[in-house]
Amino acid sequence: MAAPERNRFNLLWLQSGGCGGCSLSLLCAEAPDLVATLSGAGIDLIWHPMLSEASGSEMREILAKVMRREIRLDALCIEGAVKRGPKGSGRFHMLSGTGRPMMHWVRELAQLARYTLAIGTGASFGGITAGGDNPTDACGLQYSETNRGGLLGSAYLSGAGLPVINVAGCPTHPNWVLDTLMHLALGGFGRDDLDDWQRPRSYCDHLVHHGCPRNEFYEFKASAQELSQGGCMMEHLGCLGTQAHADCNIRPWNGGGSCLKGGYACVNCTQPGFQEPGHRFLETPKIAGIPIGLPTDMPKAWFVALASLSKAATPKRLRSNAHADHIAVPPSCGKREPHE
Amino acid sequence: MSRRILGPFNRVEGDLEVKLEIRDDRVSEAWVTSPMYRGFEQMLHGRDPRDALVYTPRVCGICSVSQSVAAANALGAIQGVVRPPNGELAINLIHGCENLADHFTHFYLFFMPDFAREAYRQRSWYDEVAARFKAVRGSAASQTMSARAGFMHIMGLLAGKWPHSLAIQPGGSTRGVEIHEKMRLLAILAGFRNFLEQQLFGDSLERMLELESGRQLQAWFAEQAPGQSDFRRFLQLALDLKLEELGRTDLRLMSYGVYPGSGGELFRRGTWCAGNGAPLRPEDISEDISHSWMEGQAEPQHPYKGVTLPDADPASGYTWCKAPRLAGEAVEVGAVARQTVDGQPLIRELVAATGSNVRNRVIARLIEIPRILLAMEAWCRELRPKEPFCITQELPDQAQGAGMTEAARGSLGHWVRVKNGRIINYQIVAPTTWNFSPRDWTEQPGPLEQALIGTPAGADESEPVAVQHVVRSFDPCMVCTVH
Repeated sequence: MAAPERNRFNLLWLQSGGCGGCSLSLLCAEAPDLVATLSGAGIDLIWHPMLSEASGSEMREILAKVMRREIRLDALCIEGAVKRGPKGSGRFHMLSGTGRPMMHWVRELAQLARYTLAIGTGASFGGITAGGDNPTDACGLQYSETNRGGLLGSAYLSGAGLPVINVAGCPTHPNWVLDTLMHLALGGFGRDDLDDWQRPRSYCDHLVHHGCPRNEFYEFKASAQELSQGGCMMEHLGCLGTQAHADCNIRPWNGGGSCLKGGYACVNCTQPGFQEPGHRFLETPKIAGIPIGLPTDMPKAWFVALASLSKAATPKRLRSNAHADHIAVPPSCGKREPHE
Repeated sequence: MSRRILGPFNRVEGDLEVKLEIRDDRVSEAWVTSPMYRGFEQMLHGRDPRDALVYTPRVCGICSVSQSVAAANALGAIQGVVRPPNGELAINLIHGCENLADHFTHFYLFFMPDFAREAYRQRSWYDEVAARFKAVRGSAASQTMSARAGFMHIMGLLAGKWPHSLAIQPGGSTRGVEIHEKMRLLAILAGFRNFLEQQLFGDSLERMLELESGRQLQAWFAEQAPGQSDFRRFLQLALDLKLEELGRTDLRLMSYGVYPGSGGELFRRGTWCAGNGAPLRPEDISEDISHSWMEGQAEPQHPYKGVTLPDADPASGYTWCKAPRLAGEAVEVGAVARQTVDGQPLIRELVAATGSNVRNRVIARLIEIPRILLAMEAWCRELRPKEPFCITQELPDQAQGAGMTEAARGSLGHWVRVKNGRIINYQIVAPTTWNFSPRDWTEQPGPLEQALIGTPAGADESEPVAVQHVVRSFDPCMVCTVH
């Protein structure tokens, strides 16, 4: 059953300069599915580019009603970075049928929204769209990478008095988006629910390292040398899971996955500037054989000392499995009874 | 004569605007605009070639794996690497999963909801179609999202996540599969097969592939009431609304071929025009910018030599999209092209009779679904746990390579040139770049611009529903188109 009328929560979703991947990821919501989750929470889609019937003039009429405040805008979700170029004109992305740059629509709608959400790392910080020399002058809603400001300015607060909620991730997990929207609709979401990058703490108080199935390899510094091998990917393969804020290995993707479980390194996609790590992805930069960028909270000397100790103590099982793409040596079962 | 601008055009992936000239209630001319530019080809310049595997999937949230496959194939061509059989099979499974899920999403969430519009309220079938396919509220929306999410567990298992995986590498797949995981994959496929047989087709997948002519398809349709399955319902609508007369083109059809295996590709590479097949000559591909908001290229160029320099000002430009051509011809790509080129009997016969059109594009997509699912079951059974999935090989400092594959919506190519270990040129030509391309230097319109001519667009319709059908029948992906 849908929630009663007084609790309805209106959601408008627009796609700015991204890839649409956060919407496609959202479609992977399950148990229950996206439609059931939204309706159960009393969230009404005013419009979504991938799902709604309204097209062209019908959609422009919806926008006009929102602008005239005839439709209350509870949550404005913007997916994808905002393009300010060329030369500040915003013409790299016109909202089709309106003759106006998306940049202007986002600015105006954000003034009407009770809550403004940046969906994905692009809308949050610029992300991939701002990669290289940032040819389209792309930025996030309230950040240009690590600099506060972005499209809306550092002073921006939505109607409910909150800054932009940065649901960062490239793409976002469906539940990062849905849990946040449900919390907003239910009430009681406050500044304390956001971390220093204005990301929901519900998933950013964790590190990708938490629950990583390769943790035993990490403990013994039994490292994979090449992709598809089972060992820890921090030492050689560029894994940033010990620094990345997200619960990917606690809350699985697509039923049971994560980047680590998929056999490749975490690239820290919830972090501003992840797209320009300053070195090749999937390769750990080192100084004198020691990886730079060690776990965030650990004193370096201790880490190095513990690493050399644990390396010396690595069991043969882990040493073998670290370099295989399957379990080459199973854990011992202890003393076996002889077969009949 | 009147002119109309349609947009934002939703239930397509990304941003699209269509300008129409209308005479006597029919479209007399059309211009297709891709209103967003991001600049991936500029961003990739100067990078380590392997970083393309992080960047290019993010061109597109719906063709993400296809972009990864094209990039990995291009790098693989540069390395001259041969994937171990497990790696090839795993990549085929990941790629098949995305392409099949995209067809499924297109049919249920993007295309069919237009038949539940008010414009059709007087039709005898309206109430049932609206109950099933109304956007967001119809019974199909929730049901198909669940089925799709369950099917995508294949991605969780083989690709880590979807979209934007790094599991697809030049030398294979990063995810080894153990024997119990092979069983899990087979179980997921069986679950999705169930949905397809019970809801989409109302018949076994094998039976669907036995239909080899329009006549057999018609006889199959008549066996049961239209409401017995969603495909039958579509055939009923197609008959009633004469969808084979909408959005017709008789252009050359093209496929790059996809899903490699020991006996060649599952869907073969080539072209097809007026009943004749011809081999594909990749060297005949060029991109023209005479009607694009681009500069820096006086004449059409092969992608190895193409440049991407945006310029919002050229007077003759009306889109960020370039105009790819094959030996100067505008060609159509997608499932209808892929199945015609491959020789799928039903699709070849339908295309021979009525060309490519709204009905045939949709049937081709739906007929491809059982073909892919059956292949996925076979690939899965061939996986050999404990044998290698991936090999790593060095990249030469100087080389060039192409990665050509098929996304759900058609032919996708990456052309990469490497110098001093860095990318000096990266060009992407995506499926909808072909289908929704603008006019070229000879003023030849792109495929959609041609397909729209003659489409009914009455003055009483604010959003002409026939135009909606034609545009969505291509399953456009606009974020890929310009990138």
